[in-house]
Amino acid sequence: MRELALNILDITENSLAAGAKHVSIALTADFTADRMRIEICDDGCGMDEETLAKVTDPFTTSRTTRSVGMGIPLFKYSAESTGGNFGIFSEKGKGTRIFAEYVIGHIDRMPLGDFGGVVLQLATMNPSVDFTVTVEADGRKGVLDTSEIKEILGGIPLDMPEVRAFLKDYIQENLVSIYGGRL
Amino acid sequence: MKSLEELKALREKMRSQTDNRAVAGSDETVIKVGMATCGIAAGARPVLTALLDEAEKRQLHNVSISQTGCIGLCRLEPIVEVFKGGQKYTYVLMTPEKAKKVIAEHVVNGNPVTEYLIGNN
Ligand SMILES: Nc1ncnc2c1ncn2[C@@H]1O[C@H](COP(=O)(O)OP(=O)(O)OP(=O)(O)O)[C@@H](O)[C@H]1O
Ligand SMILES: [Mg+2]
Repeated sequence: MRELALNILDITENSLAAGAKHVSIALTADFTADRMRIEICDDGCGMDEETLAKVTDPFTTSRTTRSVGMGIPLFKYSAESTGGNFGIFSEKGKGTRIFAEYVIGHIDRMPLGDFGGVVLQLATMNPSVDFTVTVEADGRKGVLDTSEIKEILGGIPLDMPEVRAFLKDYIQENLVSIYGGRL
Repeated sequence: MKSLEELKALREKMRSQTDNRAVAGSDETVIKVGMATCGIAAGARPVLTALLDEAEKRQLHNVSISQTGCIGLCRLEPIVEVFKGGQKYTYVLMTPEKAKKVIAEHVVNGNPVTEYLIGNN
């Protein structure tokens, strides 16, 4: 992965595969401390302790098309290679929470990339899942809550071109503008 | 700044328009883009975006574009599957440029772009 936004997409795809109905994605940056954090939380099927203990090892997967799961190990590596931290918590039947913390200025930190585009893709391509996406930096906070959007739209799908165009700008102005081009 | 008030106005506008989009019938084309780790790492996201943008630009109303999990051919990602006229076409090693060509030649004009199909790669 060349962009952290792609890791976020990939980890969220795991949540969707786990049958999550609600996924929250939080991006927080503290430029003074030179730290950023990505956290993804879902209410999907969760993992038992045995699976959980193995998922950060790239030979675990529940997929049937090949035997190696790469998503979680890649996400973990993206953080740890910058001197940051990684954590995963999961409970069978309840859900999963994964976070990664980065040293922003570290030479091995991948750029965030097209985070707004990833959020737009997740929100519009998964009509039966609700997403709460928050971005926080410099004491400013922006939120996209798709359940609120759906309530206003009252049955008009999020992937209608007009709605997608609105969401694209909404995400840009309310989420991406918080960190600007700094990540 | 885009606000939810604006979204309410958009909703009213869309409700008052007669919707001719929901006419998808048997001639509907279904397009799926593999979006597992292998696909994402190989560039599936820009391919998906190009398909959506092209369909929007051409106002294609009988095309449904969605994402799917691993198709099982990681080496050939990004992969795009097109279901049209009761047949399935598997396009491999896709790029945004190739995706636009598939929309123009296959989805719109009905001629599959054979050089991108799996058999030829
Ligand atoms: N949010 C989640 N909820 C439940 N199970 C999960 C979750 N995330 C990961 N898992 C489990 O951990 C396994 C490993 O995930 P990982 O993303 O590393 O690989 P994968 O999804 O199997 O394959 P890929 O390489 O395409 O990502 C998954 O197969 C799944 O069983
Ligand atoms: Mg995965």
